[in-house]
Amino acid sequence: MIEKALRGSKKYWLWLAFLASIIFIGFLCYLKQWKVGLGITGMSRDVSWGFYIANFTFLVGVAAGAVMIVLPYYWHNYKEYGKITVLGEFLAVAAVLMCMLFIFVDLGQPMRALNVLRYPTPHSVFFFDACVLSGYLLLNILCGWTVLHSEYKGTKYPSWLKPFIYLAILWAPSIHIVTAFIYQGLPGRHFWLTAVMAPRFLASAFCAGPAFIIIAALLLKRVANFDPGKKAIEALSKTVAYAFIINVLLFFFELFTSFYSGIPSHKAPIKYLFVGLHGHAEWVPFMWAAAILAAVAIILLVIPATRKNEATLVLGCIAVFLACWIDKGIGLIVGGYTPTPFETITVYRPTLPEIGIALGVWALGFFVLSVLYKITIEVKKSKELVVKYNGILFKK
Amino acid sequence: MAIKRRDFLKLGGLTLVGTAASAAVENLLIKGEAKAEGYTSAPESLKGKRWAFVIDVKKCKENQSTCGFKCIEACNAYHNIPNIPDPKKEIKWIWKDNFEHAFPEESTNKYLVEKLEGIPFILLCNHCENPPCVRVCPTRATFKREDGIVMMDYHRCIGCRFCMAACPYGARSFNWYDPRKYLSKVNPLYPTRTKGVVEKCTLCYERLADGKVPACVEACPAKAIIFGDLNDPNSEVNKVLEERMAIRRKEELGTGPSVFYLID
Repeated sequence: MIEKALRGSKKYWLWLAFLASIIFIGFLCYLKQWKVGLGITGMSRDVSWGFYIANFTFLVGVAAGAVMIVLPYYWHNYKEYGKITVLGEFLAVAAVLMCMLFIFVDLGQPMRALNVLRYPTPHSVFFFDACVLSGYLLLNILCGWTVLHSEYKGTKYPSWLKPFIYLAILWAPSIHIVTAFIYQGLPGRHFWLTAVMAPRFLASAFCAGPAFIIIAALLLKRVANFDPGKKAIEALSKTVAYAFIINVLLFFFELFTSFYSGIPSHKAPIKYLFVGLHGHAEWVPFMWAAAILAAVAIILLVIPATRKNEATLVLGCIAVFLACWIDKGIGLIVGGYTPTPFETITVYRPTLPEIGIALGVWALGFFVLSVLYKITIEVKKSKELVVKYNGILFKK
Repeated sequence: MAIKRRDFLKLGGLTLVGTAASAAVENLLIKGEAKAEGYTSAPESLKGKRWAFVIDVKKCKENQSTCGFKCIEACNAYHNIPNIPDPKKEIKWIWKDNFEHAFPEESTNKYLVEKLEGIPFILLCNHCENPPCVRVCPTRATFKREDGIVMMDYHRCIGCRFCMAACPYGARSFNWYDPRKYLSKVNPLYPTRTKGVVEKCTLCYERLADGKVPACVEACPAKAIIFGDLNDPNSEVNKVLEERMAIRRKEELGTGPSVFYLID
């Protein structure tokens, strides 16, 4: 099936070349980091995690979000999702790859990364995270590829795959719960020390992942004549709407706990992020941008007319994706480290090389995703009889 | 005919899986690390079950203009702590700060803040009884020794900085650059570190093995840092803690710090 990715239109190759150039720039920045050290980033003794881990945290959610398509299709026979399950699984593959890369570029001694497997430490959440992420990657490669390959051969997927699919469905929420546990078990970071971290992670995963798939599917409809099916998009958009509302609600619950209790250490990080603290307001515009995007997203996704209209739906999904990226990415990280254990504020700003490396990783993820989606579309197209006559698609 | 792509990929995949599987089986058969057999400490080494510091804050208050903070100087010199100009990337194992920064939870009490104003508080790793940093380290590069010291293995550390996120006291530093570039003088008795690893006070375990007290304890001209074994009822730390009033940082977190501050 790989040969499907080796033949494509000019647009396809231009897109891959564009991504390759960004990967190359990121790689050059990483060479500098390899030589000089993580000092070229904006991280500091007080804010020791930053943009890399922020992107990692967000992308684990996107990877887990695929379950919102896979579960209804395989467990509840929701046939309408038939065309996009593979899109979900391949998104999970690309997203987990990006997660692993973001961890890799964040390590001070990346060549020692396998120490995590050489010296297994069950009481460390990172050890579990390494295991569940690797497992999820393998599961999704296996399930996505096998199902697509069966379609390619014109048959149903083999029965031995079913337990693996079921395992992948159970595994998906677990990867994100484990990621949440990285944060919610640390006694000194009051912004993270909340039981609601795991539910918030799951809620934002279940809206950001499917939102991306909606955007991707509708984009593929436009550029590659791939039709995901109207019912599938409608059902998925409702999932995004509900999951995002729950995510925002959980955030409001956090606000209530912090401000009704009045405990300074609970209020301080939220104040820093949204109104500034001790004269520092670096992240305030970003957090309010996320808030405005969230409001726009909820309006567009709740009103049936705008949810059913493809243009406004895509806008709503972009708003969801960006809002979650800010709030669960850099907002989460900076909030955890500010104020410091000394109740001071150390400002974090990602540097240009840091952003370059991050963009390189994103581009690599998109590269893998594009190749996998190309194969998917070609296989599904070859099974369809499609005629475009006077601009109208006729399908058998 | 040349090998088909599908068969080639199958062969490649099998090779990878086979290599990984054989490595895993080998590791399982050798069952983890070999425990050091027959490890005995030298007769002159200091032995304890629960090392602790008691810092006499009154002495710090009285001597701060003359002591030159020799405790910090001695540690930095002995352990090859690099002098990095950018405060965001600095490395410090022991340092001083005011009461409000050392005890921010108590600092909403304006009367207490006033009483303890202008007094330097010496901060360092607390070598907690229940250390969160040890709990989170994925490789056990930081681990707790039997005598209570929270140790660092600079060779095993992968530089993930999870321990830095976990430490509630901001006691840990990371080598953002190659530290050797920032060393003016190197003490050959202690190793220098490489970039990309976390480091912190390791309670001068290497001096304890030689029968010496930690560098900061020895260097203080006023003997403001008292060092001893909390498990030993006759130790100086136990005696002074029975007589005087002491607090520890962030008690409510349950970490059980081993650094006490005498505030009476």
